[in-house]
Amino acid sequence: MPEPLHLAVALDGAGWHPAAWREPDARPADLFTAGYWVDLVREAERGLLDLVTLEDALSLQSDDPWTPDERTDRVRGRLDAVQVAARVAPLTRGIGLVPTAVVTHTEPFHLSKALATLDYVSTGRAGVRVKVSSSAAEYAHFGRREAVAFDRSSYDSPEVQRVVRELFDEAADWVEVVRRLWDSWEDDAEIRDVATGRFVDREKLHYVDFTGPHFSVRGPSITPRPPQGQPIVTALAHATVPYDLVARSADLGFVTPRDAADAAAIVGEIRGLQQQAGRAEETVHVFGDLVVVLDDDPAAAAARLRRLDDVAGSEYSSDARVFTGSAVQLADLLEEWTAAGLTGFRLRPATLPHDLLQVTGRLVPELQRRGLFRTEYEATTLREQLGLPRPANRYATV
Amino acid sequence: MTEKPRKQIHLAAHFPGVNNTTVWSDPAAGSHIEFSSFVHLAQTAERGKFDFFFLAEGLRLREHKGRIHDLDVVGRPDTFTVLAALAAVTDRLGLTGTINSTFNEPYDVARQFATLDHLSAGRAAWNVVTSWDAFTGENFRRGGFLAQDQRYDRARTFLATAQELAASWRGDEIVADKESGVFLRDAAAGRFAHSDAHFDISGRFDVPRSPQGRPVVFQAGDSDEGREFAASAADAIFTGHGTKEAGQAFYADVKGRLAKYGRRPEELLVLPAATFVLGDTDAEAAELAHTVRLQQVSGATALQWLEQVWNRDLSAYDPDGPLPDVDPVVGEPSVAKGRASARMYKDPVGTANEWRSLAEAKKLSIRELVVEVTSRQTFVGSAATVAATIDDLVQSDASDGFILVPHITPTGLDPFVDQVVPLLQERGVFRTEYEGTTLRDHLGLAPLPSGAPVGAAR
Repeated sequence: MPEPLHLAVALDGAGWHPAAWREPDARPADLFTAGYWVDLVREAERGLLDLVTLEDALSLQSDDPWTPDERTDRVRGRLDAVQVAARVAPLTRGIGLVPTAVVTHTEPFHLSKALATLDYVSTGRAGVRVKVSSSAAEYAHFGRREAVAFDRSSYDSPEVQRVVRELFDEAADWVEVVRRLWDSWEDDAEIRDVATGRFVDREKLHYVDFTGPHFSVRGPSITPRPPQGQPIVTALAHATVPYDLVARSADLGFVTPRDAADAAAIVGEIRGLQQQAGRAEETVHVFGDLVVVLDDDPAAAAARLRRLDDVAGSEYSSDARVFTGSAVQLADLLEEWTAAGLTGFRLRPATLPHDLLQVTGRLVPELQRRGLFRTEYEATTLREQLGLPRPANRYATV
Repeated sequence: MTEKPRKQIHLAAHFPGVNNTTVWSDPAAGSHIEFSSFVHLAQTAERGKFDFFFLAEGLRLREHKGRIHDLDVVGRPDTFTVLAALAAVTDRLGLTGTINSTFNEPYDVARQFATLDHLSAGRAAWNVVTSWDAFTGENFRRGGFLAQDQRYDRARTFLATAQELAASWRGDEIVADKESGVFLRDAAAGRFAHSDAHFDISGRFDVPRSPQGRPVVFQAGDSDEGREFAASAADAIFTGHGTKEAGQAFYADVKGRLAKYGRRPEELLVLPAATFVLGDTDAEAAELAHTVRLQQVSGATALQWLEQVWNRDLSAYDPDGPLPDVDPVVGEPSVAKGRASARMYKDPVGTANEWRSLAEAKKLSIRELVVEVTSRQTFVGSAATVAATIDDLVQSDASDGFILVPHITPTGLDPFVDQVVPLLQERGVFRTEYEGTTLRDHLGLAPLPSGAPVGAAR
């Protein structure tokens, strides 16, 4: 039997297509209610998916990722993703919850305890997708540091590449601090020893003493080590610098190949970087990202995308490949890309709930029929679901 | 002559904290970190029709003599995350979180509270606290950047800035009309610009106006500056509680400060923290209260408490023996870090002399002395006695209600809800059903009309 694949869905607003909110089944008026997100994640859980990711940013959405716009015909506004995940957690049981966190403007101390707490409230299903911020508008919301303004046209210049490298180095430091803080309590630090009056054994609480160019953090965390020990760290990566972040710091990278050969090349590059980082023995998942427009009849899917593009006023393009067709055709593609070395996929539904329902109601049964996907949740934590052991604590001496 | 109408009492549940009030050694004491404990306390409070759940916060583990303080409960969750999760398992209960105005930024905090208010359908509240110490700063990007005398200035400005962000959406911008394709009515929704000594920020806020318009604002603190801050900008003041007379004086003082900000007395609630021990009879409760006090003050805890005041190592002394004959070390507290109690005793030598005389007169050991002089339970008695006491304190304007701090996690509130709440309901001074859906409704605060400014006073 072939190796089963892992499947994630990326939730964002009304779906990834800018006209998604105008679809008949869309619920644009509910985007800022808890019920909307609970319904979507429960649907993903019905499909036995490994995890959902929740998009986030510290600024309003914009059609151009580099500069704000003043469009009024698109979904604008969102809720903090870590809290949305926490709000959904007690109402779900098996699915992993992976909110986005912007590292550039946030405190690793705060996010470390927030993600540890997400792990507690979900009893071991927490992860995070780390994201750097490069939009000048976002820097102005905080007013603490100068942004080097750049856009697509200047992206390849040496000056901008230096800045990008710095941002990702800071992200690696941020992840390092968050991980150290998760380990800053040993699992058995709480002793409740009535005889000596001690609640904790302070030999099992550790200062993390990280010092870096952007922050220094003493520790320990105020939150005990979370159920998974280390919640899952993920990152979306499109080039060598972010691939390196995945290889050095993450458990799971999301990548955007155009075809199977591209997928093989990306996986090869990440595996090489992983080896350089001394992590060759560790499991680092690489999931392929795809925007999906799915219908039982492939022609209907193509027609739907054309209709959405007409409504949006422009042809949809994405950093990820846009797949249009039936769930059966998608299953073929996933098999082909799995053979190229990807260990799973993150599907971005073009519209919600339609394309999510296609994933859970059509794609998943098709993959199960092929023996490529689980038929029930067997693991109790997200790490376990991804085949990752509960890691030893880096500070533990025994 | 018309009789003054009886005030309705407001009640809240404080999750047991990381000081020695919380008895972790009791066999009934459960986890302080597992989510099930938070669910139990919150659902118990909601069963009792409480106004809100209250969560404290501290951003660095406390230290004693340069080492992590290990005698009290250590460890707590992230405030926003656990409150958002509690919103899923409660329906009406307000959710109040303590969030620091020093080691955060207004954009992030405003966005977190707006999110919590959306996800709880209008139940979010913010207990604004200030800190300035370099000790806590060691966990954050900016370190100990703030001078002590700047902390209220920063807190005021931080709160005002966060309110501006919340108000940057009027509430009617989202049309989401599929037919016309208009999602936003206003292309500039969320636009803001703020510049002062602490913050220089501009752009567009990304969370649409939340159900309450902004979180309900709590201010904790007893100082003159804290009271003035509360009078100018808070909806409720969270305070300690002494005698009835002290409560009445505090109540009159803070309510009296409101007029100059154009506010009415009912726009700021006075809600002291209170502990309680219930028994079948008053005598049984008193006995039980003493047992609890001994659980709260172990020999080791008593010695450490003394070391905070003496500001020196006293480990050679026997907690069951007499008080130290050496005098306290006067100056900057060096023994205890990360806790407010280290600064409670302004004149340590005077306090030491006072305690020595008391111990001599009553023949008290160190442990017995600490049991005697540190905070005793606020309400001790049968359910009938406690209900009558609470009602009297509220009707005589010593407070508008209480934030109850159980000493056992997570079941410590259960007997209060089972026994005292029904008596308060019988007296007609506590709700039998929630009348509104938002925390503002529960607290009797008028809704902020859509489109109106949400700023400080109102």
